[in-house]
Amino acid sequence: MSNELFRTCPESGLQFHRPAERLMKAHAVVAVVILLIGGIAALLVTLTRWPAVHLLPADRFYQLLTTHGVNMLIFWMISFEIAILYFCSSTLLKVRLATPKLAWVGFTLMLAGIIINNLAVASGTASVMMTSYVPMPANPNFYLGLILFAVGALIGCFIFLATLVIAKDEKTYEGSIPLVTFGALTACIIAVFTIASGAIILVPTWLWSLGYINHIDAAMYRVVWWALGHSSQQINVAAHVSVWYAIAAIVFGARPLSEKVSRTAFFLYIAFLQLASAHHLLVDPGLSAEWKIFNTSYAMYLAVLASMVHGLTVPGSIEVAQRAKGYTNGLFQWLRKAPWGNPIFSGMFISLVGFGFLGGISGVVMGTEQINIIIHNTIYVPGHFHATVVIGSTLAFMSLTYFLIPTLFRKQVAFPAIARLQPYFFGIGMSVFALAMMGAGTLGVERRHWDMAFTGAPLGFEYPASAYTMMGIMGLAGMVAIIGGAMYILVTVVSVFFGKSVESESSYGTATTRLMRAEPIFIPEGGHSRAVTLRQESGDLRHQAPSYSQCSSSLPLFCITPLTGSIWLRFGRYLDPPELTDAC
Amino acid sequence: MSAIQPPAELVWWKQPLDKVEGTWIGIALVWSLIMFFMMPFWHVYGKQNLSSEAYRTTPQAYMAKTQAMVDQYTIRTETGAQLPVVRPPPGSDVYLLGRLWQWWPLLELEKGQTYRLHISSMDWNHGFSLQPVNINTQIIPGYEMVLTVTPDTSGEQTIICNEFCGIGHHTMLGKIYVTEGGR
Repeated sequence: MSNELFRTCPESGLQFHRPAERLMKAHAVVAVVILLIGGIAALLVTLTRWPAVHLLPADRFYQLLTTHGVNMLIFWMISFEIAILYFCSSTLLKVRLATPKLAWVGFTLMLAGIIINNLAVASGTASVMMTSYVPMPANPNFYLGLILFAVGALIGCFIFLATLVIAKDEKTYEGSIPLVTFGALTACIIAVFTIASGAIILVPTWLWSLGYINHIDAAMYRVVWWALGHSSQQINVAAHVSVWYAIAAIVFGARPLSEKVSRTAFFLYIAFLQLASAHHLLVDPGLSAEWKIFNTSYAMYLAVLASMVHGLTVPGSIEVAQRAKGYTNGLFQWLRKAPWGNPIFSGMFISLVGFGFLGGISGVVMGTEQINIIIHNTIYVPGHFHATVVIGSTLAFMSLTYFLIPTLFRKQVAFPAIARLQPYFFGIGMSVFALAMMGAGTLGVERRHWDMAFTGAPLGFEYPASAYTMMGIMGLAGMVAIIGGAMYILVTVVSVFFGKSVESESSYGTATTRLMRAEPIFIPEGGHSRAVTLRQESGDLRHQAPSYSQCSSSLPLFCITPLTGSIWLRFGRYLDPPELTDAC
Repeated sequence: MSAIQPPAELVWWKQPLDKVEGTWIGIALVWSLIMFFMMPFWHVYGKQNLSSEAYRTTPQAYMAKTQAMVDQYTIRTETGAQLPVVRPPPGSDVYLLGRLWQWWPLLELEKGQTYRLHISSMDWNHGFSLQPVNINTQIIPGYEMVLTVTPDTSGEQTIICNEFCGIGHHTMLGKIYVTEGGR
């Protein structure tokens, strides 16, 4: 079996290039370990900001807040995303991964960067927050760790691109790359931009911390740093939207409503979303009003448009797939009858709703020049990005994990009852947590602040009681979310390291089958769709096929639903027999 | 299974757009355009814009200007640390500096009068957060921001630092007292 390069998962039919598979596992395991470290820091930080508890002394609080920020926003996300990039290239395109040995070099650099950075913070000499604004100095190893990690991630990005080239060259697929791979490509391009910006500012800052450069302009640092700081969150957005599409395809056999629309929306992310970085700089001195308005209105709204399009097309594609299975009663039967007990789906759907409604809307609010003045650096800001990065990206990655445990790790998901509840604890806890933070922020409570009662200050100030109530709700909801996070870690670690293997046997081979195009669906005017006909001929009557006349009877009915207006399409041409619905 | 498969059609970019999907894109685009026009519109016609007046400076030069104002207009001192309270004449340039860990000096302004308030930092980034009116701006060392300020309510406003600036960050407070006019 040593020469067998590819493993075929019997349930999903996915073919894993074995060296790529090992790399994906390594990146995913490292990511989850970081999530655990960041999660412990999250627990202690929340218990300190909860006024009734106020657990840690100030120095520990700022140290752990730095640990929490860097590990969660950079190390956890990007480590998991490199695994996603390898999955979306090698596995989805059924191709060998380019230069696996170099990929291990990248992995080693990333791991070394994580360790060096964390040791610097743990030593207590780098409590400068994730943003590390100069001229506040940190231990040079803080920057060095970030730089090494970024170089490793950059290697991963180029291996992803090289793998796409190989797949094209060796013709392992027919037609264009799948939508999910296209989304991953978007994430990769944004990642390259982000990492380049990071290098431009962090390399000089590292040299400055070593004494080789004597001055770094504090305002310039902020401008360039945010090209890293916010754009890196755009990697997460592109990656988690890809994960949404992938999960819709895996769980429902859903197909995108329109390839053209979904791909154009991804392209808008590349073209415009990086510029949302400007909304961190709206109240900075030295930047003109014109610069601020341009970057936050024209540029940001076109990116918001992209997210609004995905907000329709992802649930829309699920709706179409569900209706095709016969869930056609009323407006919402398709949603009611969705597999809410399956954490792959429930996590993904909570992620979608939370990202759009809490994260997206609060981001647009904050990105407005005038409104920014009343929430800059208040705890509203972490309220916003916990909704985007945690409910949006982290929860989407968690739901994907429940798919990867049986397919990639070949283990049964341990504690299925806990796994079923996990997305609800995490998603709902985090939603309330984020909302409470936003509430406290509008009352002026600061972010990154040890004591909202200002103990020991020569002058005093008292926040209204409602601000304390909000922070208390934040603390309670934070505990629920942390329980949800702990459930995820428990299920994942026990499944992967101590779990029972999946019973079915993978098959092995030296080559892959070619990835064919999706089944084209042809609907004769006024007749049955081919998919429906085929299913009826094969005697599969589990689901009542929708009557075509019902689908095309009238003008499409547009319903403004709680799901950003998911739609009832004339969906005959999107019908697709579910192949993978129950697999893995 | 098709978001993870190549598109069914080889020339997928020529597939017609469904009417409903097109409608939604239209609605979203119109909404985005409204937002896009609102921001410049409100910048011109609204009354909640942050000044974009700023100058390069150095901590030494800024300190000298602030010290000169303090020497000339201090009316009393407060707290055990003898913090000066400065009452500059209406219409004048008022200097406020942020440093580890205080906003210096304390200011006393007159309601209804207009001042040019300069703010800069002596060391690291600080956050100027005026509470409870809730106005927040970023203060960056080497840059002197100038705000034109007309207090419209009398009483006490507190300046809180809301950019992390080290271990004493939570003790970094300042005051702006606003007195009734004509005193």
